[in-house]
Amino acid sequence: MSRFAPIVLTLLLGACAGVQTPLSPVGDQASALHSLFMLMMFVCGGVYLVVLTGIIWSVLAARARRRQDAKNGSDKVLSRGLYTAAAVIVAGLTVLIVGSFIADRALIAARDDDAMLVRVTGHQWWWRIEYRDPASRRWIETANELHLPLGRTARIELDSGDVIHSFWVPNVAGKIDMIPGRRNIVDLTPRRVGWFRGQCAEFCGAQHAHMAFDVKVEAPAEFDAWLARQDNPVAAAAPDMPRGMAVFQGVCGSCHNVRGTSAMGRAGPDLTHFASRRSIAAGTLPMTRGGIQGWLAQPQALKPGTSMPTVPLAPSDADAVATYLETLR
Amino acid sequence: MTPDRSLIEQLNGTWRDPPGVWGFLTTVDHKRIAARYIVTAILLMFLAGMLALDMRWQLSVPENTRMTPQLFNESFSLHGSTMLFLVSVPLMEAMAFWLVPLMLGARNMAFPRLGAFSFWLYFGGVLTLWIAHAIDVTPDLGWFEYPPLSGPAYSPGHRADIWAQMITFTEVAALAASVNVAATILKMRPPGMTLARMPVFLWAMLIASIMTIFSMPAIMLVTSMLISDRLVSTHFFSVAAGGDAVLFQHLFWFFGHPEVYLIFIPGTGFVSSIVETFSRRQLFGHSVLVLAILSIGALAFGLWVHHMFAVGLPRLGNDFYTAASMAIAVPAGLQIFCWLASIWAGRTWFPTPMLWVLGFLATFVIGGLSGLMTASAALDLQLTDTYFIVAHLHYVLVGGAMFPLFGAFCYWYPKATGRLMSELWGKVAFGLIVGGFNLGFFPMHILGLMGMPRRVYTYSPGMGWETLNQVATAGSAIAVLGGLVFVANALWSYWRGEPSGADPWGGSTLEWASASPPPAWNLAFTPVVASLTPMWNGGGALSVMDGISVGKREVLVTSVTGAGPLYRQKSAAPSVWPLLAALAVSAMFLGSIFTPWAIPIGTLPIAAALIGWFWPNRPRAKIGPLKAMP
Repeated sequence: MSRFAPIVLTLLLGACAGVQTPLSPVGDQASALHSLFMLMMFVCGGVYLVVLTGIIWSVLAARARRRQDAKNGSDKVLSRGLYTAAAVIVAGLTVLIVGSFIADRALIAARDDDAMLVRVTGHQWWWRIEYRDPASRRWIETANELHLPLGRTARIELDSGDVIHSFWVPNVAGKIDMIPGRRNIVDLTPRRVGWFRGQCAEFCGAQHAHMAFDVKVEAPAEFDAWLARQDNPVAAAAPDMPRGMAVFQGVCGSCHNVRGTSAMGRAGPDLTHFASRRSIAAGTLPMTRGGIQGWLAQPQALKPGTSMPTVPLAPSDADAVATYLETLR
Repeated sequence: MTPDRSLIEQLNGTWRDPPGVWGFLTTVDHKRIAARYIVTAILLMFLAGMLALDMRWQLSVPENTRMTPQLFNESFSLHGSTMLFLVSVPLMEAMAFWLVPLMLGARNMAFPRLGAFSFWLYFGGVLTLWIAHAIDVTPDLGWFEYPPLSGPAYSPGHRADIWAQMITFTEVAALAASVNVAATILKMRPPGMTLARMPVFLWAMLIASIMTIFSMPAIMLVTSMLISDRLVSTHFFSVAAGGDAVLFQHLFWFFGHPEVYLIFIPGTGFVSSIVETFSRRQLFGHSVLVLAILSIGALAFGLWVHHMFAVGLPRLGNDFYTAASMAIAVPAGLQIFCWLASIWAGRTWFPTPMLWVLGFLATFVIGGLSGLMTASAALDLQLTDTYFIVAHLHYVLVGGAMFPLFGAFCYWYPKATGRLMSELWGKVAFGLIVGGFNLGFFPMHILGLMGMPRRVYTYSPGMGWETLNQVATAGSAIAVLGGLVFVANALWSYWRGEPSGADPWGGSTLEWASASPPPAWNLAFTPVVASLTPMWNGGGALSVMDGISVGKREVLVTSVTGAGPLYRQKSAAPSVWPLLAALAVSAMFLGSIFTPWAIPIGTLPIAAALIGWFWPNRPRAKIGPLKAMP
């Protein structure tokens, strides 16, 4: 890799601003993996330099021998070199295997009762996210946006509603697959506030590319307030319910849930606090008026194959639904 | 000892194929069969390469709309399935088919008709996948189709069935080919070529064949389980009915990892042959190289779980697979040392085949080192299923197996055609392919580390992935251009190249003793071998022996370890039964995509074809007088 070292370094530094990269770790787990990566880069980079030198040296030596019509080199010298090479390889591997073992142990270090339990279920192609309310032990559901309290370990229980997906927030931790019939866990212990991004890493069908989610790491107080807000249903329906709400309950409510209303579908993402999120349709569109209207009008053009059907709404109805959705904060 | 004209005429008469189309359909000549394999695989490599370019074009701009997600998913599935199942493995088998009998000084493979059957069945697999593509039932779930996504609930239609049956086709063909190669190497070595005097190339082909025999049943089992889940609702992989989705992955990778090595190991055989000839000395560390290949072959079966570190298997178990995977670096590292030592210690010259060896060393080592990173159960959680893996697998498969293969192609081209390839254009193609490849695939390591998952048909502009994707696209285009130059050079040289003579490079092994191109009967006499480099016996002539019939198709069978002559064996004449048997088997495989009844009904034509094939119409092998000649 040495001949690319300058490019690699520039790009690595450039990538440090990324919100979806293992190279700028903000979690304990990702930091342990990053240290292991640096160890690997150091050892492997060194090995590659040695091999490259060996290639060049061998070519030059052979050409000289040919030019001078010299005798072939002796096997005795080469045998000594062979033993040395074997010893060096074994030593290097020992370092890497031990390093890998230590990093692996760091990934699940938290004790059960210290960790906050979150359940994430993968669906084609979005994420169901449920928090367990520490007081009431009830599950609070949201979708496609994960909030994490700074400095606390969130133990994520992974499940799948259909095919195999993989849960990956590279800045915080490595990926773990979400497999139907298996309960995997991954611990996330973030150490810096900010927005990050996760994405499905296991090919899961037509829209695998559009199965992402936003991750917000925030101060514990802020997180608690956010969770309390998520727990609230929307205000009970007034008798003079806005037209958008009526249309939504009639048309969208069979798949989507808005707690506190008669929209109680479970097939699609929970939209109770839809407008408080940062993006629409698992990271496909930004949460803007335009984004909402576009998604309502032509989901199949923006995310071909999505389970969200193109609903034939009159323009005024679509407008009203968009206005209503914007109030779900 | 040179054969006289009447002997040559007699041999020509005995080993001649029938003329015209009938000869084409019935031939059992290992060289003709191998050439078919090679031409088919090169055409497929071109088609699958075009798919790759198309995907690179799609990814060079964020939110590109050139390809729909469906088309993109079909493209990478077809690219991967073609390259792994229909190009890499068959090409390595084809090289074995072509070279093994020549390198043994034998007249044909051990089972000539089985060789023809392998090709026809492989060709059936090629047609299945690509005709399906032409009529838009392309598999679209990658080259490993994990259930439940590939199960009946999430993949209606026949795309996944086509994939599963294409694998069954190619794996039956590969099993037949491997049995053939292993039997030929073990039982048809020339007198004196004991196991200890067997060139590294033959060891590589023998071990790759044995690995195929052990690993392929796992994939045939797993694709058959998948297709029966889809066809007759067996629920092997459906969780709701008590099946297990992870079982598929274990069985697939129990085959899948050895498969990578059975592509790579023949590559080490090519490199060993090329290095020995051009360094003008016997390979340094012959026994180290052989033991390295053996240990890679054995270890290959103990590390499949490193493809599944993110599945959430027990962590201590994962660490075992980390250590086992990293242990591969010991034999692989020692092999590299031995080749470099041979180059260093010899009076080596560097024509195109040798350049490919150098390109292989410089490129493959990057793939090996990125392999160490992904072998770590911990670090792999950040690397697997990203573009880092895409880079890694192309570095090991293209750098580690295709570069040696291109070198081997240039090295043995004069033997096959009697003409030399242009050195100038060979070097141009080498520069374009190696340069373009590294430019195209090195940035993918960084893309993976920047968080780009593999198998995404598009990405949003905010991710910062576009520049490197554009570099990757440019690099792939350059490499494809190099591939075209390579093929053009081969075609041009076929008609216009300088005549090469029998042994243009001064090669060390027996294939160089035959004329170029070799006649249907290969060598006029059976060689007698006294060293690892029989063509370099101190400048003396090759010892040969007589006693094999020239008026009948006959081969010499020798003992497994000592290669002592045992008996003369009748060798099969051209026959149409392999083709008919392959057609019958193909009909059953294709029918079973649509109905389970194809399996019981389809056995009838297969039985008929096999009865015709094995109808006893030749006398038993005889022990005849074998006299040594000076």
